[in-house]
Amino acid sequence: MTSSLLSVKELTVQVATPTGPKVVVERLSFDLLPGRTLCLAGESGSGKSMTALSLMQLLPKPMARIAGGSATLDGENILALPEARMRRIRGRKMGMIFQEPMTSLNPVMTVGNQLIGAITAHGNTSGRRAARARAVELLDQVQIPEPERRLGQYPHELSGGLRQRIVIAMALAQNPRILIADEPTTALDVTVQAQILALIRKLQADHGISVIMITHDMGVVAEMADEVLVMKNGRTVEHAISRELFAHPQDAYTKELLSAVPRLGEMAGTEAPKRAVGKAVETRSAPGAEQPMLQVENLTVRFDIKGGILQRPVKRLHAVEGISFSVRRGETLSLVGESGCGKSTTGKALLNLVPWAGEIRVDGRSTRGLRGSTMRPILRDVQMVFQDPYASLDPRMRVGDLVAEPLLIHGLASGGELRDRVEYLFKRVGLSPEQMKRYPHEFSGGQRQRICIARALSLSPKLIVADESVAALDVSIQAQVLDLLQDIQDETGVSYLFISHDMAVVEQISHRVAVMYMGRFVEMGTRRQIFENPQHPYTKKLMAAVPVADPGRSRRDFVPKAEDLPSPVRALDYAPSFSPPSDLGGGHLVWDG
Amino acid sequence: MAAYIARRLLQTVVILLGISFVTFVLLYLIPADPARQIAGRSATAQTVENIRHQLGLNLPFYEQYLRYVAGLVQGDFGRSYLQKTEVATLIASRLPASLLLMAGAITCELIFGLTMGVVAALRRGSRTDDTLMIASFVGVSAPQFVIGILLLYVFAVKLGWFPIGGYGTFAHLVLPSVTLGFLGAGWYSRMMRSSLIEVMRQDFIRTARATGAGRAKVLFRHAMPNAILPVIAMIGIDIGLFMSGIVVVESVFGWPGIGQLAWQAIQRVDIPIIMGVTLVSAFAIVLGNLLADLITPLIDPRIKLR
Repeated sequence: MTSSLLSVKELTVQVATPTGPKVVVERLSFDLLPGRTLCLAGESGSGKSMTALSLMQLLPKPMARIAGGSATLDGENILALPEARMRRIRGRKMGMIFQEPMTSLNPVMTVGNQLIGAITAHGNTSGRRAARARAVELLDQVQIPEPERRLGQYPHELSGGLRQRIVIAMALAQNPRILIADEPTTALDVTVQAQILALIRKLQADHGISVIMITHDMGVVAEMADEVLVMKNGRTVEHAISRELFAHPQDAYTKELLSAVPRLGEMAGTEAPKRAVGKAVETRSAPGAEQPMLQVENLTVRFDIKGGILQRPVKRLHAVEGISFSVRRGETLSLVGESGCGKSTTGKALLNLVPWAGEIRVDGRSTRGLRGSTMRPILRDVQMVFQDPYASLDPRMRVGDLVAEPLLIHGLASGGELRDRVEYLFKRVGLSPEQMKRYPHEFSGGQRQRICIARALSLSPKLIVADESVAALDVSIQAQVLDLLQDIQDETGVSYLFISHDMAVVEQISHRVAVMYMGRFVEMGTRRQIFENPQHPYTKKLMAAVPVADPGRSRRDFVPKAEDLPSPVRALDYAPSFSPPSDLGGGHLVWDG
Repeated sequence: MAAYIARRLLQTVVILLGISFVTFVLLYLIPADPARQIAGRSATAQTVENIRHQLGLNLPFYEQYLRYVAGLVQGDFGRSYLQKTEVATLIASRLPASLLLMAGAITCELIFGLTMGVVAALRRGSRTDDTLMIASFVGVSAPQFVIGILLLYVFAVKLGWFPIGGYGTFAHLVLPSVTLGFLGAGWYSRMMRSSLIEVMRQDFIRTARATGAGRAKVLFRHAMPNAILPVIAMIGIDIGLFMSGIVVVESVFGWPGIGQLAWQAIQRVDIPIIMGVTLVSAFAIVLGNLLADLITPLIDPRIKLR
């Protein structure tokens, strides 16, 4: 047994609320061993991020404060150090990386200056040139191609994955012995996530760093952890060696958390979508073969990028390039792909929210050229549920009014009838009608998404476009919302166009799946065809990148100098070439490339 | 960049043309009669009519306006009705004084406004913060002639530190600049405070602190360049406020700038001068905004001028 590097004892953190102080971390204790990885796992509100910020003494003051406990590093209690001395711990002994690579870097400073700032945070003895050389060395360590050139770039010129690598480089600039990583890959695409996780493992092995990894994703836990500490509402629920925890979870909450995690490939051999919580599925007849609910042919969305004195188009962004698909009644088609692949743009085009070319027919009616009042009858049949349940509800309207609004706009109900209908919708999505008078901020994320679903359902649409609708939710809530969506489909026969980046979620809910890359489809087929027999290399890559909640699985190899996605911005005269897909039988289409 | 400036200047021409039209219409519609003003109260109807004829005031409106614009295109702002001098010459002789006053006022605004804002933001919620914000509120709401007269009374009359009025030395510049900058300092301090508080909450500040960067470095290197962006946009708009401010302040301090020129011209319905000063002010506002828009991308690389 090696002696611990950092020893946390009875850490308690309080947050001030209008109703008095609230304990968000309660008597948390753990020991971090040299060179090992400890994962703090839990859902939102479990206090895992607060723990990380306390250790760095970076809690948002004066709102949050450390109410008790100690954290001993090199014989010092770092929780009690005054700011001036704590500053010397930060960066030197403990580095930290954060969740949002998009906002974690200063937008008005070059990458180089920020890195050099991190290198020289505690004084520069060896001169600017040495600092610059060190910056290049760091960028090379985090596997960023062309490190020299990157130094002069600004954060907005780089992708999320590259930015996160730079944040990691900044955290490692002064060779700390502990790296605290607060959800470092949550905001990234799966393939990038896989690269970053592998990178952290490599850096850890090369430099013998100890890592405290904070995550909500049990898949990431399985990939990274030596030890796991499961937290719920600020309390330690279970603390065990990673393999032990996954093999024999002791606590009921840990079991619940593990069972809620969708596992890729768990549905092999089944046709219909499945309930997450193992509820009996009533076998419904296969989606009807009559006229498709939605037919999209050759959909193309391009955005002009303007410039010059006269603001004429100079370049063009090819967001969606000639995709065709149809969704039958009662069917769920998933569009899956990474950020920037055009999946959300496709969803917006269906509701005429972006200009498009091609042909879109909803229930046989073409939507070409419709706008305003002529589009309204179509919108009765097509509704949308968005990703962020916090931003998609007007904070100044009562939730009952929000759900009633579409009915009023379409003049479908009023007075008592309207109230009855809204009440019914609230019950339908699992909320009580008494909650109708409240405002959005009084609800949790999952409840808000239920409200969004109720609003979408209010017009009894025939097709719901769900754009990353469960991406912002905790896994247990996510499972409930997915169940709700499927219940509604069974009951009403509504079709879903389910837009998601999450392969595991897609596997659960879909009848059919289309994989998108750079504005095109690369593969389309039934769920079984895609998940059990993926053909396109990109589909395979996507699936291989999903973290699997099984620590026994061999950890993925580190990929040196991975490049980003190519740019979808092209010259004006660029005409994409099309190759027809090859049909592998049973509607399984694969495109070249 | 050059294309951007060219396009903005082209827009400026359109804006100035619009402003010249609106101002011309308003001056045409006011009931005061310039010819009567020039002729004096005792003049005969015939004399007034002669003057009117001479100045072209008897022509239909559109013809008067076209004549004026035709002059403008050739760089001719017309002649003052009363002083018989070229308007361009009058403005040119007065403009340096006003620009000097404006520079002084902007300096005051930035020094007082930014300092107050930064201190208040860093001491947020403290008594210092409250005091500074009350002071800024006074700055925003007090009329300029009141502040001007108060400053004159205390610092010129009672203490004798500065001259009571006039133009020429640095000492003459201080009180008018402070008076004119008072309002802006109030705005800037509030803007700087809220902007800095917002920036200090950002993730990248936390990142910088996590690397062990010290307080001063976090503030000056990371926070300030971000926090100052809205203030720079404000300076552009501010030049418009100055234009109304200098009319008052120049009168209070006897400062020989275009504000006084405008004030005298308005009293005497000297239309060519009013038009000239209005157009020059409008041009200054447009130019100020253009400058602010050109400075912003030097600080914020995300902004590209196209």
